[in-house]
Amino acid sequence: MATASPKRTQLGRKVNTDHEGFLRLAGFRWLKIALTISIATSIGYIVADFQPRPNGGSWYGYTLGTIGAGLIVWLALLGVRKRAMTSGGWSLKSWTSAHVYLGLALIVIATLHTGFQLGWNVHTLAYMLMLVVIGSGVFGIVVYSSLPSALSANREEMTETQMVEGIAAVDRQLNDAAQPLSLTYSDLILTALNEDPFRQGLWRRLSGKYSGGATELAIAACDSAGPVPADPAIARVEALLRRRKAQLDRMRRHLRLKALLEVWLYVHVPTTIALLAALIAHIFSVFYYW
Amino acid sequence: MIYPTDCANSPDNAIGVLGPTGEIAVSERVRIAIVGSGPAGLSAAARAAALGISHVLLEKSDHLSDTIYKYQKGKHVMATPAMLVLRSDLSFDAGKREGILGTWDQQVSERKVNVRPHSDVTAITGEKGNFSLALKGGDTIEAEAVVLAIGTQGNPNLMRCPGGDLPHVQYQLNDPSEYVDEHITVVGAGDAGIENALGLAADPAQRNVVTILNRGADFARTKEANVKLLTEAAAAGRITIRNETSPAEVRAGELVLDTRDGQETIPCDRIIARMGSAAPRSFVEACGIAFTSPDREAFPVLSPIFESTKPGIHVIGALAGYPLIKHCLNQGYDVIEFINGNAALKPADEPILVGKFAKLGAKRTVDEWLALLSSNVSIFNELSALQLRELMLDSEVRSYARGEVIFERNAPGSSLFAIAEGSVAVEVNKDNPSQTVPIEQGSIFGEVGLISGRRRGATIRAAEATVAIELSRNAALKLIATAPAAARAVARISIERQVLQMFGSGLTKGDVSELVAGAEVRTASAGEVVLAEGDEGNDIYIIRRGSMIVEKLVGGRPVFLSYLPAGSYVGEMAMIDGGRRTATVKAAIRSELIRLPGDVFAQLLARKPELLRKAQSDMAARRDINAFVEGRKDNFSGVVDMYSQTAQFLIDNGIGEATDVLLIDETLCVGCDNCEKACADSHDGLSRLNREAGRTYAHLHVPTSCRHCEHPHCMADCPPNAIKRGPDGEVVIDDTCIGCGNCQRNCPYGVIRMDSVPPAKPSLLSWLLFGAGPGPGEPSKNWRKKHVAAGAEQPKKAIKCDMCSGIEGGPACVRACPTGAAIRVSPEGFLSVARLEAEG
Repeated sequence: MATASPKRTQLGRKVNTDHEGFLRLAGFRWLKIALTISIATSIGYIVADFQPRPNGGSWYGYTLGTIGAGLIVWLALLGVRKRAMTSGGWSLKSWTSAHVYLGLALIVIATLHTGFQLGWNVHTLAYMLMLVVIGSGVFGIVVYSSLPSALSANREEMTETQMVEGIAAVDRQLNDAAQPLSLTYSDLILTALNEDPFRQGLWRRLSGKYSGGATELAIAACDSAGPVPADPAIARVEALLRRRKAQLDRMRRHLRLKALLEVWLYVHVPTTIALLAALIAHIFSVFYYW
Repeated sequence: MIYPTDCANSPDNAIGVLGPTGEIAVSERVRIAIVGSGPAGLSAAARAAALGISHVLLEKSDHLSDTIYKYQKGKHVMATPAMLVLRSDLSFDAGKREGILGTWDQQVSERKVNVRPHSDVTAITGEKGNFSLALKGGDTIEAEAVVLAIGTQGNPNLMRCPGGDLPHVQYQLNDPSEYVDEHITVVGAGDAGIENALGLAADPAQRNVVTILNRGADFARTKEANVKLLTEAAAAGRITIRNETSPAEVRAGELVLDTRDGQETIPCDRIIARMGSAAPRSFVEACGIAFTSPDREAFPVLSPIFESTKPGIHVIGALAGYPLIKHCLNQGYDVIEFINGNAALKPADEPILVGKFAKLGAKRTVDEWLALLSSNVSIFNELSALQLRELMLDSEVRSYARGEVIFERNAPGSSLFAIAEGSVAVEVNKDNPSQTVPIEQGSIFGEVGLISGRRRGATIRAAEATVAIELSRNAALKLIATAPAAARAVARISIERQVLQMFGSGLTKGDVSELVAGAEVRTASAGEVVLAEGDEGNDIYIIRRGSMIVEKLVGGRPVFLSYLPAGSYVGEMAMIDGGRRTATVKAAIRSELIRLPGDVFAQLLARKPELLRKAQSDMAARRDINAFVEGRKDNFSGVVDMYSQTAQFLIDNGIGEATDVLLIDETLCVGCDNCEKACADSHDGLSRLNREAGRTYAHLHVPTSCRHCEHPHCMADCPPNAIKRGPDGEVVIDDTCIGCGNCQRNCPYGVIRMDSVPPAKPSLLSWLLFGAGPGPGEPSKNWRKKHVAAGAEQPKKAIKCDMCSGIEGGPACVRACPTGAAIRVSPEGFLSVARLEAEG
């Protein structure tokens, strides 16, 4: 190229414009840190000599416990960081990256902290809650890295509002077009129009399957009038019904993908709160009964 | 004030009975006739009434100030510029439309202003001292002087076909629910026509049969939402659309149509004609008034006392180029004083200019300063005193000590500088600040930033104690548009400088004089091919405005090679190597190029071997890219294809004219909308971005958000000049916004919205712990309504991305993205082969 234009430099501000996802951030920096911590603590666990056996109450156990508790509190603070739009050079992407990898390292740290001594008590409750939180988080990582392209492809440049408006527009046209039809047909179409196509329900949202299907029934009824209905009004209604069906399907796929991307947070976040409570109980009881 | 047609307050010197529909043509004689009762005309009439001058204020409608009258109910009208003092017999302060109109109505009747409503002036004839104003309906007004204050709104285009003057043809639709059981035809399928047709057909109970006539075959210039609603209504049988159809004859009860397939007659009880409005220019020109240029944006040529080229006719207000209410009111006062012989009157803006020049310390009056500028600065030589005053209002005068930096290389800036006293030095070599080129007194600098819209190309220091005028981008563009001599001077200097800058240093004006003489500027529309691969030719092009893309045919398909911003040059390869063009260069957006004759250029290179070496080293980089693409075409043609198509998609979506744009990688975006929430929480609770809306290609999404264009469309028509480019290159709207909505209409990307600042939210902690308030992000309409502080009326202003100007850490949208999907890029950084190499 003949002349290159000057490289962009923000005056007085440093702005990161790297194009990389949270998992690959800075050449997997946080993965490397998390691995180092995990390996180091494991080696320490093997090398250090504990009598009679490794235990949360040894000096090494307390060290691991303090690191673990500190990590849990810090990891929980991501929820605050995400919502507090303060100024400064932080980036939520780096926080997420660190959250993911350090959260996974917590499995190693906390397990070593237990010294593999589990039982029916508040200490093991805290440990199990932590595993549930991490497990739901792993689900989160999987959907975050696999679903976004499907979400983008499904909406085809339409916004959620446009999808809803599109369905409403077809509904209005169906309502008008069904006026000249006989009672049997217009009843079917009214049923389809009056049916709530996005009824709530966790299973419906996650599977994308909505029973009822008054629109499908109405299409089938129009079909039974023959491949090319003699009545042009029926042909018109059928075309509109098919359009409605396609738009409903798109909207339902959209809701399903969004639900999958969010549902784990309904486990992850409340369990984190429970974990923090159990953690306080665990620490309190350890020192109370010292 | 609504004036009934039959009882206008009749002036003492009227002859006959007033009334536009009166059968007897009447005429009256006054000293000053004022046409148009907007703020300018009203203020003029009030001044004339206060001085006891016989006058008449002619208003074509039945109420004063039609433009403001037609503002929506309750609109907050602003009083900018704040620093300008108001000098008028009418009072004016920011407030609701109703309050302002009410005050004026009251003051107009108290001060015995002679208003003549329903008086549409159709022609002005005669000479100074003896004008004759013909009114619609046959009446005439005799006047010694005329003040034209008709604004720029214009008159609705009329039905020209036979029967177009029948009473059932109307040009406005106030209440669509008024009509029942009628066959109504709407003529004109612009937004106004479509909205009227939809309104008439909205309620089936009215049983109207609505037809809309569209002269064209599609709806090219209308809002997409309107077209959608219209086609939907047509599909439902509520409205009939007739494309490629125009009215041929209006008859009682029916309408004859000219269709593509011949004439047709339809039943028609009412016609709503919405065919746009004619700008008042032709009327003004018919009065004998000359404009500064044939451009659409041109204004009438005026003297310092607002007198047009037709002696005795004065032009003020929006028509004269002053769209702000305060300017208009002041000019109304001033123009009457001038006509009344008050030559000593200083313009109301005098204190502002006094303040500007006072900073310089030298003991000169404003008039002396203006005289000095006019004689010293070459581009100001031809300006009238009024033009220079106005220019100075939009400009800053600064003094610099010897060695002081005026601007730095790579700083954003699109203002133009003129040297009033002293001289400056340009640091032409970025590695060696001591290597400089002087610019002498009276000349200009900064013109490259103005024309290209890009960052400054070199650091400029004052070579001695210097006084320079910094003309804002708007002021400079207005100067170029209105003063042909200034335009020529800027064009000549900018070509010369750009040629000198091509190789950084080592050339003098003498070296390139032949090249500059042979240079010509050509424009290329978006997509136009400037150089075609395989063509003969050795001319060289410098891109001085806009941007280009370079493509090469590989295996029969065009492969995107690179994006060239303004300031780059192309075509030197064929000239130096003597072969054919090796790649195709076409305009990404509307661009301007300087064409330099190749032969002259070759002679110059032959004389300067060091230049040839530099050109060859520049070319090596381009050769590498060509070779890279050629070499890889077999093993990753799919990737190359994808890259080319993605680049084309981004260019199509305005990235070619962007300086900094938000993109979303939809393979990473989880749809959490944290970017929007962060944006709202960083800016008074209003988000300036719509993540979901916008175009997508190959999972690369361009959301509805400001691109900070090189030549911002929004800046074009901002009455208070509230849109500026900030220190980081961001385009921002400042507090002087009057909420007129021009920028929103001018933005081709729909990124500006009008809204008022919502009430403050409870803190994040009280939301997290106690659920107080609406939480992060933009509060809902309902919450805003419930929590608005009583009596604290917030005006609606234009809201757009400011790139988080002044917020440490930079754009909140990017910082708040949890997955790294949101990125901000500049086109030259993003559209480069480096990306292809990284991905390939």
